[in-house]
This record gives sequence, structure tokens and C-alpha cells, in this order.
Amino acid sequence: MSAAPAIEATDVSRTYQLDGVSVPALRGVSLTVAPGDYVALVGPSGSGKSTLMHLLGGLDRPTGGRLAIGGREVSSLSAAELAALRNRTIGFVFQAFHLLPRTSAVENVALPLVYRGVGARQRRERAAAMLDRVGLGHRLNHRPNQLSGGEQQRVAIARALVTDPAVLLADEPTGNLDSATGAAVLELLERLNAASGVALVLVTHDHEVAARARRRIAMRDGVVAADSAAPAGERHADAPAAAERPVELHDRPASGGADRPDTLVPAPSAEPRSASGSGPGHPPGGSGGATGATGRLPRPADDRGAAS
Amino acid sequence: MALGALRANRLRSALTMLGVIIGVASVVILVAIGTGTKQQVEQQVEGLGSNLLLVVPGRLDVGAAPAVSPLTLADVDAVVRVVGDRDRVAVTVASGATVRAGGRADFSTVQGVLETTPAVFTRELARGRYLSGSDVDTSRRVAVLGASVARALFPDRDPVGRQITVAGVRFRVIGVFAPLGQSLGVDRDDEVHVPVTAAQRLYGTQRVDGIAVKAPDRERIDELGDRIVAELARRHPGTEFSAVTQEQILGVLGDILGVLTGVLAAIAGISLLVGGVGVSNIMLVSVRERTREIGLRKAVGARPRDIGVQFLLEAVLLTSVGGLTGMALGVGTALLVDALSPIPAAITWWSLALAFGVSAAVGIVFGVVPAQRAGRLDPVVALRAE
Repeated sequence: MSAAPAIEATDVSRTYQLDGVSVPALRGVSLTVAPGDYVALVGPSGSGKSTLMHLLGGLDRPTGGRLAIGGREVSSLSAAELAALRNRTIGFVFQAFHLLPRTSAVENVALPLVYRGVGARQRRERAAAMLDRVGLGHRLNHRPNQLSGGEQQRVAIARALVTDPAVLLADEPTGNLDSATGAAVLELLERLNAASGVALVLVTHDHEVAARARRRIAMRDGVVAADSAAPAGERHADAPAAAERPVELHDRPASGGADRPDTLVPAPSAEPRSASGSGPGHPPGGSGGATGATGRLPRPADDRGAAS
Repeated sequence: MALGALRANRLRSALTMLGVIIGVASVVILVAIGTGTKQQVEQQVEGLGSNLLLVVPGRLDVGAAPAVSPLTLADVDAVVRVVGDRDRVAVTVASGATVRAGGRADFSTVQGVLETTPAVFTRELARGRYLSGSDVDTSRRVAVLGASVARALFPDRDPVGRQITVAGVRFRVIGVFAPLGQSLGVDRDDEVHVPVTAAQRLYGTQRVDGIAVKAPDRERIDELGDRIVAELARRHPGTEFSAVTQEQILGVLGDILGVLTGVLAAIAGISLLVGGVGVSNIMLVSVRERTREIGLRKAVGARPRDIGVQFLLEAVLLTSVGGLTGMALGVGTALLVDALSPIPAAITWWSLALAFGVSAAVGIVFGVVPAQRAGRLDPVVALRAE
């Protein structure tokens, strides 16, 4: 781990005040996202993974603990400074794309550059180049309603990456897409992750999607139930059950070293492995497994160090 | 960027602007009419001639009922003695009467005057001659027609030398005035001048309604007025007289018309205010409707200020474009009114600047609250909004 972490959370908590009652959504989460990481953030709804994603993206601030994004402690930043930090460091991809309607693809992609003070011509050039990289060089002036779902998400990915961020936060990026299109979008994200060194943090319900990540962080009840930097082959096998049963992580044989390059061309190789892994991936007694996972928390840290 | 959002909602933007357009246009039109009227009245009062002193019985007050005049031609002679120059003194005894010629008739103001009238007031003749001293001295039944009367009675003939009857008494036309136009909707060319002596005989009266004096210079005008009023008061104990100058008349009329213009502008301003409330309302709707857009913009790095400025710009753009359109509409309408109706309208630069400034300010004032609301939205909440 030569490079400084892109995101470093230390005992981060986030408590919401609802009608005067304190509702803890995160209770002491510690993790780091290294440059070039490929992390799947999984967990049932209510587990705190959305809250965690908002914190990691600098959209929200923790109520406890320390959180540094791009080396800057967010609690000391004003709303404007935090916005500038998001602009520099984070790229967002959302389930619902969140493209501006009645605005061309190239203008949508150029939007983050507006807030960076980049001139109009350069904005357009950089946005067009980025659209070209996601395979939409021929669709610059199309509006979102003239694009397919997959194309819209690729525009959103281009928008997220046009500022050359350190971290790409993708919140269910394939959730609104059919499986073939979703797979293509995922491939694109992985390719960009591999090529540009942007850390990819993927929030997902989809086990197959999660299975492809190099590292998986499973959330439960506001804490990290499992954080695995296990090699690709190892994870793929138990992917389907990952969200619900993070415990299964340790059951996989450590065969990942040879398979890891596969992550860059994931679609063909991941499929059979996920299928075979779905059998043993459903043992009963998830709660027992959870304790097991927590017990193994130190391990992923070691692995991650080795991986990077 | 702000422009894009407005263009995307063309109909709504247009309707919102309509409120501002109507408000600004009505401000421009009403101020133009007020200003035009004021200018016209001032011109006319000044056009009467310079250094004028009007002597009337009673107190010259707006809205006061005109007093029945105790003045006679003997008082006029006394005033002439005070002034020291008969050519500087004019009188009038006026009444409405029907004037006929051939088969045509016109009801107009028949004024009994001295031959000095054109010297005291500025009146120009289009043709013929004015009354002479001997006309007055001998009560000759001769008349000078105002342009409207001449047109009404002799539409296709030269009236000079022709016979007319005034209240049934025959007069001979000796001259026609050059047109003066209208003042506050009153046709100033609808009058007939006859010798004061003939008019008194016609109306069966000895009275003179008012005396006008052309002072030799501006410095001594007040002193001269005081002396005339003192002399008349001496001749008619117990009756009050006043002598007023053009400046005083202009002052009184100017005050009235100024207040009138102000009231008109204020009424129009209320509609502009209502337009502003409409802008505020639409901007609030827009903020709510575009909550997700705001969330997205914040996610990609927009600061609260960026969002606030964007919405404020949209509001100001709405009202400014509306303001410019309203100005164009107002100027066009005012020019049309001026050209096609007897109502005078004058466009002043300050009224345009004011209208535009106010509309832009309305955008700022009524855009601030929606803009602040937009800027303060929590990005997490905003992104989740439906």
C-alpha cells in the first residue's frame, strides 16, 4: 500500500434524529478504500450501506468517528468545501441514472466541469472524449429520452469520470437495467477501474454483481459484518449468498491468485463460477456465520495489503 | 444554464413572465400618460405668454367654486392705471353660447375680450385680423373664431367676412385663430372672441370675469400683483382678490398631476408586485420539481451558492425578460395612445429605467427565498426525492 488511501473511515458512526429519537444507522465503521480498489458494498436494506455510501461520497457527514476523503477530514469542511471535494474526488453513478432531462449527453457529462470552473469549449471537449471512452462518441447530442437505459447509464458513468476522480461510487448501477445491458455496464465499470486506476465502490443487492468485485464489504445492522479482500476466485464461488450471509466468505478455498486477472474480463469467466457456487452458498444458520465473519475481520486487511 | 431550464418550460415561463409583462407595461403606459399630460399642461400654461399675472375675485384654489365676479370695466380702467399701460391688460367675460352659420350650429365658449388679448396672451391668427380698439369701443358685432368653431361652421369655405349668429345676434367673422389643440381633454380651439362690450350687451351684464396682466419684467411681478389686488380691494371693500403668476399655476397643476402620476404608477406597481409573487411561486414549484436535479448537481460538486445563484438567475432572467417585453409593449402602447387618442403620452428614460430596475429587483427579491431553499437542500434527501 504505497499510495495514500482514497477514503479512510475510522470508527465512523451516523445517527439520525427522527422526531427527537436518535436512530443509529452506522455504529462504528472502519474501512479504507485504496486507489484502484474494486469493492462491492452489500447488505440487506436497513443495514446502513446506503448511509455508508453517502458518507464515503461526501454527501453526508458522520456524527462520530473520523472520515477522510482524498486525505481531507470531512468534519472540518464547510458545505462548499465538501462540494468541491466531491467534485474533485468522487464520481457518482446512480441506479436511476439521474441525467438532466432535455439536456444533451455531452452537456450532462460536462456538468461536473461547470462546477470546477472549466471553460465551455474545454468542457465540451473533455465530455466528448469521455463519452467516446464509454462508447457513446456517436451520441453526443442525444438527449436522455433518446437513449436506451444502458446508454443513459453509460452517459452517467462518463459524467462520473470526467473529473478524473479517485473513487467511483456506483449505487445499484445495474438495478434499472435488464441483465444483458447490466452486464455490459458492469464490464465497462470494471474496464475503467482497471484502466484508469479509479477505485470502484459498488453498492449492490445483486450477488452475481457483488461476486465480481475484488473485495466485498458486507454491512449488517450498521456495522461492517465482513470485509474481504479475498482474491477473485475465492469470492466468486460464494457470491450469490454474499449479501445475506457474509460468513460464508471463509468457507471458500483460497484459489484466487491465478484467477484474479479475470476480473478485467469478467463476464465470461464469472458466470460458470457463480453458478457452481450457488449450491454451497446457502447453508442455514446465517446468524452463527455472522459472528464467524466478525472474528475474521483482521484477515481482509492483510489480504488487501498483499493485493495492492 | 438558467436559460436552458426556462426554455425547457416555455409555457410556464411565458405565463409567469406575463404577470411581469403586464405590470411593467402598465407602469410604463400610465407613467407616460401622466408625464405627457403634465408636459402638455406645462407647455400650454407657458405658451400663454411670459410674465403673466391673472387677477380673479376670490381665492385661487383648486376645487373652489368660481366666485361671481364684482369686477366691471371701470375696475379694468383702474388696473390699467396701476399698470400704466393699456396694452398689458386683458380681460374676459365668458359664457357658453350656440353659434350658428347657415344650417350649421356649434355650442362653444364665447369670450368678451379687449383688443389687447394677442399682446398679453400668445395667440396667433390663421387668417383675417383680430379685434381692434375701435371694435371694442363701439361694441361692434365682429368675431374671431377658434379653429374648431371655424371648421364646424364653415367646413369648406373661408369664414372671414361671413355672418354668424351668437345666441341669435348677428356677428361678422373677421378672423380665425391658429389651432391650439387640446388640454386635459378640453378642446381649446372651441371658442369665439368678440369685443367685451358687445359680449356684455349680449349677456346683459356689466361684469368682467377676470383680468390678465402682462408684467413688464419678472422681478416686479409680485409687487405689481400686490398693488393691483390692493387697488381692487379698495374699490370693492369686503371682497377678496388674488393675483397669481404662471409659476404658481404651474406649481399647483404640477403638484396635482404629479400626485396623479404617482397614484397611477403605484396602482400599476401593485400589478408588478403581483407578477413578482407569481415568479416566487413558480420558482418554489420549480425548486420542488427539480429537487433531484438539485441533488445531482450537488453530488457532482455544486456548492450551495452555485445552486442558489442558478435559481436566482432564473428568477431574475424571468423578470428581466418579462420586464423588457413589458417595456416594449408599454412604449408601443403609449406611442399608439399618443398618436391615436387625444390623451398625451410621453416616454421618459427614467420611467423605463425604473420599470426595468424594479422588474429585475422583483426577480431578486422574490427569487431569493426559492433560491435559498434550493441551495440548502440536503443532497442525500434531494437525490431520493421522487
